[in-house]
Amino acid sequence: MSTTTEPSTLSKVTRQRRLMSGLVITLLVTLMALFGPLFAPYGENEVVGPPFAKQGFLGTDYLGQDVWSRLLYGGQIVLVIAVLGTLLGMVVGITIGVVAAYTGGWWDEVIMRLNDVALAFPQILLALVVLTAVAQPKAWMIILLVGISHAPRVARVARGVALGIVSRDFVYAAEALGEKRSRVILAEVLPNMNAPLLAEAGLRLTYSIGLVAALGFLGFSPDPNAANWGQMINENRLALSTQPWAVLAPVLIIGLFTIGTNLMADGIAQLADRGDR
Amino acid sequence: MTQVATLPEPLADVAPPRGQHGAAAWALWLARRIGLAVLTLWLVSVVVFVATTALGDPVRAILGRDFNANKSRVAQLTAQLNLDEPLPVRYLHWLGGLFQGDMGTSLANQQPVSEQIGPTVLNTLVLVLLSALVMIPVAFGIAMISANYRRRRGDTIIQTVLLGLAGLPEFVIGILLIALFSTTVFHWLPAVTLTPTGGHPWDVPKTMILPVLTLVLAVSPYVSRIVRATLLEVLDSDYVELARLKGIPETVVMRKHALLNAVVPGIQVIALQLAWLAGGVVIVETLFNYPGIGFQLVDSVKNHDVPMVQALSMIIAAIYVGVNLLADLLSILLTPRARTAISG
Repeated sequence: MSTTTEPSTLSKVTRQRRLMSGLVITLLVTLMALFGPLFAPYGENEVVGPPFAKQGFLGTDYLGQDVWSRLLYGGQIVLVIAVLGTLLGMVVGITIGVVAAYTGGWWDEVIMRLNDVALAFPQILLALVVLTAVAQPKAWMIILLVGISHAPRVARVARGVALGIVSRDFVYAAEALGEKRSRVILAEVLPNMNAPLLAEAGLRLTYSIGLVAALGFLGFSPDPNAANWGQMINENRLALSTQPWAVLAPVLIIGLFTIGTNLMADGIAQLADRGDR
Repeated sequence: MTQVATLPEPLADVAPPRGQHGAAAWALWLARRIGLAVLTLWLVSVVVFVATTALGDPVRAILGRDFNANKSRVAQLTAQLNLDEPLPVRYLHWLGGLFQGDMGTSLANQQPVSEQIGPTVLNTLVLVLLSALVMIPVAFGIAMISANYRRRRGDTIIQTVLLGLAGLPEFVIGILLIALFSTTVFHWLPAVTLTPTGGHPWDVPKTMILPVLTLVLAVSPYVSRIVRATLLEVLDSDYVELARLKGIPETVVMRKHALLNAVVPGIQVIALQLAWLAGGVVIVETLFNYPGIGFQLVDSVKNHDVPMVQALSMIIAAIYVGVNLLADLLSILLTPRARTAISG
């Protein structure tokens, strides 16, 4: 990484239309999730009228709470859990994948077989199986479940990327110099995996948001009283024909968010592809 | 396309045995592949069992606030789940039961699990197969149209729309469809599945439309993006160029030369997506109250009905492993290169 490439990278990013629109959408929704509560006209659990009434900007929900305020409050928890879960999944997955690729041999074989087992669980299934024996899910549990369900998928990608790097000359050179294994991985292998892994992180974030919101929609959220985009859909589903905004508003914002992160991930992947050539 | 690079290579999983020829080599490959599938399922069963009974406290979860007050109920449930025995013994007991077709007794209504699961498995299989039947021609068709307009505006527009759709969670698609077709805008289709008593959901064909449409919209974008990427690769290859130079019309080139070569990666993706459908039905069935295993699973998780959850997750994992096995077999049979690698 030389410093002279910095400006051209930046101009490449701004010229990539998919990446830019993805970034803008993601940034807007993130800002809304983070700072929304400051602008909410009513409190998170403040009853402002009869249930499912058409008053205020988006009407009221099943308990008579203001939907617009709940929407502004409900992003934080989804965003925080999704981001932390993605980070956890990336760190664990990259570690597994890179170690498997670098060690090679039967160790690689064992790790990847176990990985296949983890892949036999659809992501939502793993979460549901664990939540069976839990009375009330906590936020850290959902973060852990999201992260663990990502890890094997990230590991597969990370191993594929790392396999192309561990056989390059500079890795052999570092080994010949007597570098420790951990140092070879950290200083030689990982920095060369940046772009594909960044794209993978974007994709994982997209799925994390979907997963967290889906769990909320199924009725598994950390705090049943707190506003949560996924859970709002579940709470107000029955009124779809009479007070549609109570459901459609959280649905649309989740949809917008995932479109943004997905466009961003694809943009990064395209940039990385071109950089290789 | 980075996504293509992550597709599993059918031969990578099990290296072809060397020094064998013909049928013997095939039998060996198949035996190893099936062995791997069984090994995977066994490890899955360990994970499912440990996750449902040992990670949390099922009795406490079932009884909730009653846990401290109702000692006799605690003892009864502990006995029913055999929780006083050590974990490995309980696991072996459960696994032995599975092999004999005994999946235990549901905690929610004290009925045998196998009796309750039978009809719902069928409902889910029909839903998944129907979605696959609709999805495959749609995905390949869109991919062909898109590849036809390559490096032009039409392709860019299609790809951007597909990319947007690909990221959407299935419940977002489902709810938007419900709002559009059954509640808010039009009132054409039922918003929930209407099942006649003792019958199946498809006895009322109208109720199948929205669940199938949701699954198709959730899965096709991904499949058709990968098929398009393969098509583009093939269309730029030398033999397609030769076919064009010979004066073969572009439509025939697309159909005969390009599409056939995109079938194998297509099968791989479809298998991945079918397996994904096994998980996707959880959300879609819950959304539409469709009486399948996904709906049943969510219900059982909410009731902390441990034996039901164990059985249902094993079925979903088995579908996944089975579909992948079938896909590997099909793609090897359809790829001459891989065929000769094994029997040659």
